This record gives sequence, structure tokens and C-alpha cells, in this order.
Amino acid sequence: MNALDQIFVTIQHWLAGLAPAAVQPLVSMLLIIGGLMGVFGGCFALTTIIERKTLGRMQNRFGPNRVGPFGLLQPMADGLKMLTKEDIVPFSADHILHFLAPVALTVPVWLAFSVLPFGRNMYAIDLDCGILFFFAIGSTSELAIFLAGWSSQNKYSLVGAMRAIAQMISYEVPLVLASVPVLIAASSLSLPAIVHAQSGFALGWVPRWNVFTPWGIAGFALFMIAASAESNRCPFDLPEGESELIAGYLTEYSGFKYALFFLGEYLGLFAVTGLGVTLFLGGWQAPATWLEWIPSWGWFALKFGALIFLFIWVRATLPRLRLNQLLNFAWKFLVPLAVVNLVVAVAWWQSSVWQFPGALEVRWLLGTVLLAVPYVWLGRAWNDVESAPRHYRYAE
Amino acid sequence: MLGRGIIRGLIETGRNFCGSYHDKERLTTVQYPEEKLAPQENARTIPFLVYDGNDPVAGLRCTACTICEQECPPQCISIVKDTVKKPDYLGKMQLHPKVFDIDITVCMSCGICAEVCPFDSIKMDQVFELAQGKRSMILHKNNLAKSNTYFGEIHPTEAAAVNEARAEEVRKAEAKKAAQAAPVSA
Repeated sequence: MNALDQIFVTIQHWLAGLAPAAVQPLVSMLLIIGGLMGVFGGCFALTTIIERKTLGRMQNRFGPNRVGPFGLLQPMADGLKMLTKEDIVPFSADHILHFLAPVALTVPVWLAFSVLPFGRNMYAIDLDCGILFFFAIGSTSELAIFLAGWSSQNKYSLVGAMRAIAQMISYEVPLVLASVPVLIAASSLSLPAIVHAQSGFALGWVPRWNVFTPWGIAGFALFMIAASAESNRCPFDLPEGESELIAGYLTEYSGFKYALFFLGEYLGLFAVTGLGVTLFLGGWQAPATWLEWIPSWGWFALKFGALIFLFIWVRATLPRLRLNQLLNFAWKFLVPLAVVNLVVAVAWWQSSVWQFPGALEVRWLLGTVLLAVPYVWLGRAWNDVESAPRHYRYAE
Repeated sequence: MLGRGIIRGLIETGRNFCGSYHDKERLTTVQYPEEKLAPQENARTIPFLVYDGNDPVAGLRCTACTICEQECPPQCISIVKDTVKKPDYLGKMQLHPKVFDIDITVCMSCGICAEVCPFDSIKMDQVFELAQGKRSMILHKNNLAKSNTYFGEIHPTEAAAVNEARAEEVRKAEAKKAAQAAPVSA
């Protein structure tokens, strides 16, 4: 069991050991980078086909099933098509920035994977400020998207980029606020330490994952909503709203640059999903002791896959929001709830010293009420605003 | 409460997802090259020439009257009359086409040629898999000629009416011939 659990670490050490001692740290690092790029590049290809097939099934159709067995070679066909397409740069575009934008999107996204723990002892670097690094890296994608929109010299691109900026800056706030309680609970910013803080079982059988607390459930939901907005997923994919903006900031991109944008978008989704698994679902830990025969990286992959499926499911279900709905939802609903959630988390933490019988039930009840009342109240207020008749100041 | 609609929607798509795997009725897509839907009786694609009997040359109904050539809006039909005549189904000597070409890259499938033809010779086909490697797609007389049986298969109602009318004409012609022949023999 232990050999299988540590198989990738062992292979990496063995391969690095073959190199001369002077370059061993470098080789070891390159091996990790190559492994990450291979695994998540493959994940990208696999997710595109699984997403298309799942979306098809959810709409009672087959999805792609022509290329290879069950259509599994579809990503290859797509990749070849993208590679051989003509790379068009508009005449009036800023050529250098137009070229740099997809690069500036893809490179930092890879860096975000460096701090995530994918299994026991499986991480590139254990930064003390891991989660801060993650969010700092994640926010650079806004710059890349604005670069793409601005350099294209196209009104649709620019409107899409403006939307992207407004959306991503707004949703970064609830994303970070939703993960703050986890940092309080683990009292560390390092992601491997956060996973270790979630080890063990309460009452002997409930895993001590953050999601099994009142603030954890709410935080997880807030985190997932903010994450889907942060990675421009449906129902928050306004920046590339095909129905009104052609393709938003992607309008003037074709061929491999377009593919790079998609790669960056999906990798951003993977990174933030991996972070969600790490923060709330106990990272690579098994949910029960008798299930520990499945290696730690297997558990991470299972949880990761389940969350990706959830994202696809939501995409198949919900229509796109309007821009004012999107921003109202962030600032008038998610941010206040995230702050309330912070208070609940602190209350939960402070009340852990209670010793009287039934203390756990009382804490759960308190946490649930403290979260449910603002949820219902804010939800009703938001509904009232959104269902009120709209006044078009300029159109009437 | 906020979120109830979202949950309901998720359940609906979830049911579609699971249902599409065990309930084949849900998947309405026709897997085209393997499965094909039978075309509707009134479906039409490009024109073809009907011939009676088994010989596409002797039985060709076309008399090279060039009405279709003149009526064709995109002018995709090209007819050259032959100099010799041949007997038609009534025994009358009629002209027939030496060359009958249809450029189906120009044809717009309007069906006017079939409407104006007084000899029920040109009719609309239902073939639709016409894609090919070369650009020119001119069909000649030998490609266009198709049997009356085929016509009966693709447009049964229309073919029955045409056959009935033509049989009636043959009967009338024979009765007339018999009436003309009777006084002579008597």
C-alpha cells in the first residue's frame, strides 16, 4: 500500500538519482514540472471530450462519438485542427501584445499548480504563504485577458475584456473570504499543512474535513460559486458571451492562440478545483480508515473529478446571467454571506471548548441558524431586486 | 427560497444524464451514415428522366420538346435534338434527345421542369448523397434515365396517377385505331 501510495515520489527520486549530484535539485524540479504538465495537459484533453459528451447526455444527445472508439480521439482531432489553422492577427492590432496575451494567461496558470498537494508528499514546493501565492498568481489572468481585449482593437474584444475585469475582481473577494475560515482553522497558509490539519476522525467515523462543519458547507458552496466565476465558467461566462459579444476577448484570436486561451481557462479551473479539494474536502485524505488502501493521489483524483463533473453539470443546467445580476450577486449576496460565514467559523472555533453534554448539537444548530437566516434574508432581498420591473433609462 | 430553481434544474439535467444511458427513447438523434430516415414522398432533390420498360434508350419518354430547357430558371438543362425519330408509347413517331445534360451544381431543385413537362418524362429524384471530389457535376442522358418502376417507388401516388392516365390514352388510341380499322375490313 505504501509503495503504491508513494510510487510517483519514488520514481522521481530514482530518476533524479541517476543525474550527477551537482544538477540533482534541478533535475528533480524539472521532473516534477514535466509530470505536472503531462498530467494536467492530459486532463485538459480528457476534460474537453468528457465535458462535451456529458453536456450531450444532459441534453439527450450522444455528443461527439465519431473520432476513435466512443469519440475518445476527438481532442486529438481538435488539437490538429487548431494547430493547422491560419493564425490571423488583425492589421490594426498591437502585434506584440496580441502575441503576449495568450502566453501571459497560460504561464502563470501553470505556476498555480506548484503549491497544490496532490498526494502524500506530492507537491512541488511547500511555500509558507502557499495560498497567498496561489491567489496572487490567479489574479494575473485578469491582466492577460485585458491585454487580449485591448490589443485586438475590436469593440467586442474590449467590452468582453471590461466585463472580465469587472467580474474577476468582484469574485476574487468572495473567493478569498470563503477560504479565510479554513486558514483560521488550520492556522497556516501552507497548503500541505492545511491538509494535515484536516486529518483524523471526529466521533471516530466522521472525517475532520472542513466541509463537515456548518461554516465549511457554506464556505465550500461560496468557494465553488466564486471559483466558477473566477474561471469564466457557465453561468458566469459573460466575457465571452457568444450571443451578444461574438466571442468577447477571444474574437480576434484564431488557431493555436485560441487553443492556448482555452488551455489557460481549463487549467485555471483545474487549479482552483484542486484548491477547493485541498481547502474543504480534506485534500488527498481518505474518508474512512478502511478505504486507505486507495492511494492518496487516487483520492485526490476522485474528489477532483467529482468537482469537475459538478462544474459540467452546472454548465449544462444554468443560463447565463446579465452583467448587473452578476455583479449584484457578488457584492450584495456572496460577499455579505462570506463575512457572516467568517463570524460563524470564529464562533464555531471559540465554542470548541464547550464540554456540557449535547454541546456539538448546540454548536451545529447555532451555526446553521446563523447562516440560514442571512441566506434566506439576502436571497429574498436579491430576488425582490431582480424580479422588480426594469426601467431602461435610455431606451424608453 | 433562493436556489430552489437551481436545484430543480440540476435534478432535471441529472435525470436526462442518467436516463439517456438506460432509456434509448430519449436519444432522438439519427446516427446518419449507419441509420437513415426514409425520405418523405414529396421530397425532391434533382430532376431525372423516366423511361418505360427495360431499355433506357428505346423507352425514354422525353421527346426533346425543350420546354423544360426554356422554363428552367437557372438554365441548367441543355438539350440537343436527334435527327431521327422513334415511336413513342402510342406508336406515334416522336423526336428524342441526342444530348440531355443537367448541370446539378446549377440546379436549384425548384421542380418547375417536372411541372411543365407534358410527357411526364422529367420528374424530381430523391437522391441526396451527391458529394464528390471534382467540381463539375454535369449529369448526362445515361445517368439521368431511370425506370418507371423506380419512379413508382419514390413517388407512389403521382406515379399511379401518371400510369393510369397513360394507360387511358393507350386504350383510347387503340379504340380509335380499331374504329378506323373496322370499316375497312367490313
